[in-house]
Amino acid sequence: MTTDVDSKAAIAPAVAAFGISKRFPGVIANDDVNFDVRVGEVHALLGENGAGKTTLSNVLTGLYRPDAGHLEMAGQRVSFDSPRAAIDAGIGMVHQHFRLIPTFTVAENIALGAPMVGEGRLMRMSNIEERIAELGEQFELRVDPTARIWQLSVGEQQRVEILKVLYRNATTLIMDEPTAVLTPLEADALTATMRSLTRQGRSVIFISHKLGEVLSVADRITVLRQGRSVATMDAAGSTRESLANVMVGREVERVQRRGTGALPGAPVVLDVHDLSSDGDRGLAALRSVSFSVRGGEVVAVAGVAGNGQRELVEVLAGLRPRTSGQIDVDGEVMDRADARHPIRMGVAYVPQDRLGTGLAPDLSIAENLVLKRYRRPPVARPPFLRSSVINAEADELMERFDVRAPSSQTPTRRLSGGNVQKVLLAREMSGNPKVLVVSTPTQGLDIGAVATVHQLLLDAAASGVGVLLVSEDLDEVLALADRIIVMYEGGITGVVDAQDATVASIGMLMGGGQSSEEVA
Amino acid sequence: MSIASRVGLRLEPRVENPRWMNWVVPIGSFLTALLVGAVLLLITSQNPISVYQRILERGFLDSGSLSGTFISATPLLFTGLCAAVAFRVGFFNIGGEGQFYVGAVFASGIALALGADAQSWIAVGAMVLAGAVGGAFWAFIPGILRARFRTNEIITSLMLNYVAGIGATYLIFESDSFWRELGGTGAVFPKGKIIPLTAQWPSFNLGSLVVPFGLVLGALIAVWLHVLQKRTRFGYEMRVVGGAPSTARYAGMRPSRVIVSVAMISGALAGLGGAADVGNFRHVLDPKGLQQSGFGYAGIVVAALARLNPLAVVFVAIILGGITNAGYALQGPDFPAGLVGTLQGLILFCTLGGEVLVRYRIINTRRQVRAVAAS
Repeated sequence: MTTDVDSKAAIAPAVAAFGISKRFPGVIANDDVNFDVRVGEVHALLGENGAGKTTLSNVLTGLYRPDAGHLEMAGQRVSFDSPRAAIDAGIGMVHQHFRLIPTFTVAENIALGAPMVGEGRLMRMSNIEERIAELGEQFELRVDPTARIWQLSVGEQQRVEILKVLYRNATTLIMDEPTAVLTPLEADALTATMRSLTRQGRSVIFISHKLGEVLSVADRITVLRQGRSVATMDAAGSTRESLANVMVGREVERVQRRGTGALPGAPVVLDVHDLSSDGDRGLAALRSVSFSVRGGEVVAVAGVAGNGQRELVEVLAGLRPRTSGQIDVDGEVMDRADARHPIRMGVAYVPQDRLGTGLAPDLSIAENLVLKRYRRPPVARPPFLRSSVINAEADELMERFDVRAPSSQTPTRRLSGGNVQKVLLAREMSGNPKVLVVSTPTQGLDIGAVATVHQLLLDAAASGVGVLLVSEDLDEVLALADRIIVMYEGGITGVVDAQDATVASIGMLMGGGQSSEEVA
Repeated sequence: MSIASRVGLRLEPRVENPRWMNWVVPIGSFLTALLVGAVLLLITSQNPISVYQRILERGFLDSGSLSGTFISATPLLFTGLCAAVAFRVGFFNIGGEGQFYVGAVFASGIALALGADAQSWIAVGAMVLAGAVGGAFWAFIPGILRARFRTNEIITSLMLNYVAGIGATYLIFESDSFWRELGGTGAVFPKGKIIPLTAQWPSFNLGSLVVPFGLVLGALIAVWLHVLQKRTRFGYEMRVVGGAPSTARYAGMRPSRVIVSVAMISGALAGLGGAADVGNFRHVLDPKGLQQSGFGYAGIVVAALARLNPLAVVFVAIILGGITNAGYALQGPDFPAGLVGTLQGLILFCTLGGEVLVRYRIINTRRQVRAVAAS
């Protein structure tokens, strides 16, 4: 009997999902998802934001129970009623945002919450360290087990996260956007680790929305779209174009541009010349960037996260000092590095961290709507604020921007992501800006809210505002932009007219390629 | 796994705070403290009911008791406001104690310098001003250190309490300073000069009730602070800086400037407390007495009980002042002075514990898991 089961396990997939569905109020996050991960393969789950990748990984790791469907491991039906059950069954999650305690050592972090090694209730650190060293040797994950987390680079911290699940004897590792935080060199090392894992009979589920890395790392690819698994294919026979078509669900080769754009005579509202700036670690993050935006135009900044986009928008918003360069807003020089100056000059800014930077979560919608206008009349009658004016304007803006909330006195932390973004856009547009800088405006929003936000951005452009859209979502970039600036390692690798743009040509530039001709 | 999760109880942040909780929870906590206190009193062979009754009588009900309570409440009112306004913006000023001393030093100094010939309203006004300036100056130090060098204000303001305490002691006990009485018995027993009669703060008589000028001043300031926080641009900045510092920076506010300003307002309030202590009650710089009272630290308790609301600080200060005042009356061979402090500690402990219920709700995870399994 045992041999029979063993031989079946050898050919049965490591993990398989059958008809997984998961609903949340108003959203079907997963709808009849089917896929299987073979033993010893890297299986990519590819999809846009909101396609259901995160929900699916939460089902696989026992955080959610599916409303319908079931999971199998090695041919046996399994059901996880807690994350611990999934871990015990051999599924390990490597989170995108590390869950490590900075002041603890590598070994202490790995041992935290793991079953005891050795006998008795005493933890023997030396045993744990030994085991970690062994695992590191086995899977090319070299980290000093006695080092403290804060001493490690981001890439090394990720190795600790991977060791953490291997230490718990995971046979299938789920990696959620693992390259998002890595440098290209670290990403190469991660690829080597994945190969080493699969060679030794482990399986990897690789979650990503980036076509290039999926093609280079995965053996097979399952594409998720709007919560459904639409196709599973071999990486070998696939191309960027074929994947993008399946992922977006329509032909993306000929991009549908919205067609209006800046009028020929429209003034340049934002002119950036030779702009450089340092990143948080004091290294050059923005290298001599020059571009301009005309009124009524949507210019997108595309690129893999961490290639200088954040530094660019922060310099424009006066939140980060520049090391060189000039910024002109509507013909006037922006010469002071403080946040008040750009606001006064007409630069509106919707930051990526909406609740943490864009809004004061404990304050009401009404109070948040005057965050940039509270100093001057009519909102202020120094030294007082006029709550009647504030509330009246709030009601009007909430009506105009369709903000759904019990009242204007509701704290913004209680709003849904889409309504938070509408409050932000309402406030920024209410200042009658000349330039609107938006950073990843639809990340994490549901499909309906995405459409609303896109429409609001196009409305802003139609009213003559120059829109600078920073986004990692190529579909969004291609749908909205008139021109696309591609950034790589702090510099601009190309500026493409949206009419001529394809996912492939932009993807090439995002990887540091020099021009779009090389693709063809 | 923690014990709580094994038992199946878990704390989860509340999405909504029902309004009634703002009243019911603090009152419930207060009653719980009285219950626990009753057990303690029984252990020390006191009759809890008669003790509580006596506290109520001696603190509030007996004729003249409320006047005494007002005297005890005045310094607590100022130091309570000091802590409440600073904690609102996330500036944890533990230095109310030292700022109180410095206010007392400045106020007594100006009163002595003006001498007996100054008109009363000038002398009192000068003391109010000097006390505020002294306290603000002392709080400016941890404020600017945090703004410029990101030092931890809890440590710096706390350390400055000792500096101020030792400094005040030096003025009276270790030197022939301007503040020290060198004639008469002062030549043998070190003590401060008594401020002139004209500089002593007035009290208002309402029938049998005596209301010190300091308490009235503190109550007016509490109203002013309430308006400042709720209705002004500066108060708006305070709320944004306190709750979301990076949003404040994004909106073009200057969080450091707001924090230093609030630190100075906070220190000025404690300094005013010191001035009131000299002007209304002691009429002399008394470093030992000041340090024994510990008004600055008690102010943190007052602010916490008042949930940092300036108007609530007035009431909490009077209630705690009443208990303190009753403590003076109760203490004797059969009632140790420490018991009153213990009761106050219990009230604080229970009230802060009750805060957890306002912010979080307790969830029975076992039931939840079963519900999920059933669905």
